[in-house]
Amino acid sequence: MTVKPTLDETLSGLAAAGAWTVDHAHELEPLVEAASDKRRPGRRVLIDVGRVDQLDTFGAWLIERLMRACRSAGLDTAIAGLPDNYHGLLKEMHDVNRRPQQAAPRFARMSNVLANLGRAVGGTASDLLWIVDMLGETAVALLRTLVRPSTFRFTSFVHHIDRVGLQAVPIILLITFLLGCIIAQQGIFHFRRFGAELYVIDMIGILVLREVGVIMVSVMVAGRSGSAYTAELGSMQMREEVDALRTMGFAPVDVLVLPRLIALVVALPILTFLGSMAALYGGGLVCWLYGGINPEIFISRLKDAISLTHFAVGMIKAPFMALIIGLVACAEGLRVKGSAESLGLHTTASVVKSVFLVIVFDGLFAMFFAAIGM
Amino acid sequence: MTQAGHEAVIRVRNLVVGFDRVTVLDRLSLDVFRGEILGFVGGSGAGKSVLMRTIIGLLPKRAGTIEVFGVNLDEAGEKQRRATERRWGILFQQGALFSSLTVRQNVQFPMREYLHLSSRLIEEIALAKLEMVGLTTDVADKFPSELSGGMTKRVALARALALDPEIVFLDEPTSGLDPIGAGAFDDLIRTLQHTLGLTVFMVTHDLDSLHTVCDRIAVLADRRVVVDGPIARMLASDHPWVKDYFRGKRARAAAG
Repeated sequence: MTVKPTLDETLSGLAAAGAWTVDHAHELEPLVEAASDKRRPGRRVLIDVGRVDQLDTFGAWLIERLMRACRSAGLDTAIAGLPDNYHGLLKEMHDVNRRPQQAAPRFARMSNVLANLGRAVGGTASDLLWIVDMLGETAVALLRTLVRPSTFRFTSFVHHIDRVGLQAVPIILLITFLLGCIIAQQGIFHFRRFGAELYVIDMIGILVLREVGVIMVSVMVAGRSGSAYTAELGSMQMREEVDALRTMGFAPVDVLVLPRLIALVVALPILTFLGSMAALYGGGLVCWLYGGINPEIFISRLKDAISLTHFAVGMIKAPFMALIIGLVACAEGLRVKGSAESLGLHTTASVVKSVFLVIVFDGLFAMFFAAIGM
Repeated sequence: MTQAGHEAVIRVRNLVVGFDRVTVLDRLSLDVFRGEILGFVGGSGAGKSVLMRTIIGLLPKRAGTIEVFGVNLDEAGEKQRRATERRWGILFQQGALFSSLTVRQNVQFPMREYLHLSSRLIEEIALAKLEMVGLTTDVADKFPSELSGGMTKRVALARALALDPEIVFLDEPTSGLDPIGAGAFDDLIRTLQHTLGLTVFMVTHDLDSLHTVCDRIAVLADRRVVVDGPIARMLASDHPWVKDYFRGKRARAAAG
């Protein structure tokens, strides 16, 4: 029902007709461009809009743009035949976009790359500082809580133990069980060539207890619980809940970070223990079914191969890994700014950084234990 | 720019909406006429926002019909629905600006999606809309998290107006604004309604808005529209809730 808009040349200037609306804006723009570029002989342009039957912001702005183009070419402009009800709209358009646009500063590509590199390096340094900062704040909060134990949020702690500990058990058991199976299968397959199948049991025992158990569980927990911590704290930060706590005289670290962190420190060693057991069980099962090593031999061989030291090495590392994951997750969560994008960014950063730091610290621990002969 | 005529652009008939076992709206009927500003009032939790969200299709209904521009949205095909959606703009209560886009990009977003225009025109129109809602172009490159409450509402209004809609739905446009800011926002809605010939469906609690800008008021109580008409009819109504609302202590202060 709307009429195709037109802009025709007349003796005294231009005549517009039809529907000058948003739906036709893509046809109108070239018309207006062409009319503005045209060189006109006279000194006056009369724009007759008497036959325009619909006009909205888009149409009105294009008419205004046309008039501005004519005026900057040194011509007088006038509007004729404008219906009363469109006066306000055209007047409104007359006042907008008056201020010159300051173009966004552009950098050369090379210096941009360098600037980004510099920013990334600076960012990494400040990230590490943030984590250390969080560690310090948590330590202070822990001391405060030790002085006045009644302020500890026990309910919150139990809730988080349930979420990061108890509810994680099935998936952790499944994954570590499968991992134990895979290590055993690969070991038997390759060791068989040397006739050294029995050493597979040594390998499984030492590898699982010292390294694989704790690392696998830490990575799982970083992905499962660390990301959840960051997202929770981040959305609380976005909705000003953290600020609300602060104004009520609570330290967010006491209320939000400490229970989560302690829950993780308690839960991760337990999960590591369960995971290691599941991996040994899976390894034993594969040795029996695939390698033909029956369970009595597996158990007696395992008894000889591993000692309490191996077990202790894995378990000692677990709470430290929990601390790293918790600190990174909470620090990232509290750094979330207002936007949804920022929440996603920090949640990703939380998982990537905590997994990276878990591996780095595992390496440092390996050097440390080797040095003290464990 | 039709004056408040009698063409109903929104026609709701016997609408029933509920969640689980609760019925929020029960056989509600309501007309919104072209070119008017309809104020929609009701107690907190009475279902004002529910009605608005049902009309724009965010909530499912149990029974009844909703016609917008004479199109029954249930029977309309995908294409017709999209075309109808382009003809309305919505201002959500919290603004609902996209937090990862700047103010400028927020206003340009519907234009870029729906219209095939040059970047220059989109840019100019977006800035024009921002100026029309009373913002300076300095805010164009800010992110929503850097805006004050009043600015957020104005940007959200500019985005709602991006495609030059015929109807705008405003969900509590003046809530959270100071009385001066709220008054200025009311004036703005009035002005825009005049210049753009809008039909405005305004859910509100603000008695001043009801007195100053609304052509007609509809009251939601007991799960349906109990009274509708100009402010004079509200003041004359015998319905207990309407009486309390329009003739209570705060109402007298607003009426001056």
